[in-house]
Amino acid sequence: MKVEEKLYNNRYMVDEGHPHIAIVAKGAPSPALKSLVTVCPAGCYAEEEDGSVVVTPDGCLECGTCRVICAGTGELQWDYPRGGYGILFKFG
Amino acid sequence: MEKFDAIVVGAGPSGNSAAYVLAKAGLSVLQVERGETSGSKNVQGAILYATSLEKIIPDFREEAPLERHIVEQRLWMLDDRSHCGTHYRSDTFNEERPNRYTIVRAQFDKWFNSKVREAGALVVCETTVTELARDEKGKVVGIKTDRDDSVIHADVVILADGVNSLVGQRSGIRDEIKPEHAALAVKEMHFLPREVIEQRFNVKDNEGVVIEALGTVTMGLMGTAFLYTNGESLSVGIGCLVSDFRDSGTSPYVMLDKFKKHPSIAPLIEGSEVKEYAAHLIPEGGYKAIPKLHGDGWLIVGDSGQFVNSMHREGSNLAMETGRMAAETVVALKAEGKSMTEANLARYRKTLEDSFVMKDLKKYKNLPEILHENRQFVTTYPNLLSKAAETWFRVDGMPKLDKEKTIFRTFRSGRRLRGLIGDAVKIARAWR
Repeated sequence: MKVEEKLYNNRYMVDEGHPHIAIVAKGAPSPALKSLVTVCPAGCYAEEEDGSVVVTPDGCLECGTCRVICAGTGELQWDYPRGGYGILFKFG
Repeated sequence: MEKFDAIVVGAGPSGNSAAYVLAKAGLSVLQVERGETSGSKNVQGAILYATSLEKIIPDFREEAPLERHIVEQRLWMLDDRSHCGTHYRSDTFNEERPNRYTIVRAQFDKWFNSKVREAGALVVCETTVTELARDEKGKVVGIKTDRDDSVIHADVVILADGVNSLVGQRSGIRDEIKPEHAALAVKEMHFLPREVIEQRFNVKDNEGVVIEALGTVTMGLMGTAFLYTNGESLSVGIGCLVSDFRDSGTSPYVMLDKFKKHPSIAPLIEGSEVKEYAAHLIPEGGYKAIPKLHGDGWLIVGDSGQFVNSMHREGSNLAMETGRMAAETVVALKAEGKSMTEANLARYRKTLEDSFVMKDLKKYKNLPEILHENRQFVTTYPNLLSKAAETWFRVDGMPKLDKEKTIFRTFRSGRRLRGLIGDAVKIARAWR
């Protein structure tokens, strides 16, 4: 199954050019960072062919799971989107 | 320089409760919310427990957007093809002032926040608080936002900034939440005509049903699934510990789809239209994970303070209780002409300790660890119970005495006698 199909129903205000999550590359990704490829509920993380992990936070649900998992590794720079941007829950 | 009596960070149930009580008492209040409106960033199952809101807005039923009052609670244990469990349904829940309601948070929070505005608070949305501002002695004197660099001043700041509590962490007043102390829940909103829901769940008017389920559907991870009836939709979700997701590499949406396809669930949601998919963290570390709750010029309420009773699925009510208690502490100190020092604000902690909030959390203080170390409760037992029930109910010519022996043998081979007794002791200890 594809998570994109689930995200398709959601409402977002994407802050173009200002991603609120960034990966701070520190050589090979830690197991914690790698786990996000499957664990992120919005599928924002992907593993590249060279083994590095990239993030595209446009579909982010702002749950904070990746932030909590990678808190100890220092590989994530995580902020909430600027006020008003990001996911806009219709029902919540 | 403008200065508020109090600033409330966040507009969920705890922030709205705090801001409402403060404004009603005549204090000057600024509430800052990062969402487009109160509710647009908030996620919950969601069940509203009336008592906690009644203490703040006694006649809320006349205008709050409520979905259904709950008349039936189902607790299910699932294996891959069955469910067994208990149902409790009672006409006594059809009362003048029902005790529990399903709600849709985006709508409910928007309403609650409109009451905060009516009470006289200044509510600023689409603004993210970045950190707390301190004076040279370390006392919190206000906030900074992403609007500009200036400090907005107040006598006290109430942090209702949610489970992630970025403001609290970046201001050094609480630690990062641990993966073992948070559950990740995902949820979909499934829309169906009102009469279809009423037929499928055997309810009428505004009666509602909630289903809580645990078992093999969480694929060996510690967690639970749920299905709640709203007016014209069903909230269908599942949640497990973040540390379990991390260690197993399981995708939460794969798990949710497994739950939706379960033969006991699929017929209930068949033909529905999904209109939203959400994810949220739930602080489930319990009593031992509660951070420091007050200091010079600040208080913590709601999810930010880890106020969730995971055993009883209570959280939003504790958010309202803690928000109210924090606000009442501030109102009382103000009336007595006392300053918002750590020593004076300790009254909030005392009030919490004397209430059911801390008493309940204390009661289950060992539960998170026990569940963390004993996966058999979501793996072995659901299978054993299902097997036992199937053996018991299937009429196949096997003598009943043999059936009983088979069931007992299955349990002994599944967990051994020592394991069975040990599990009973563990549950008893967690319960105390």
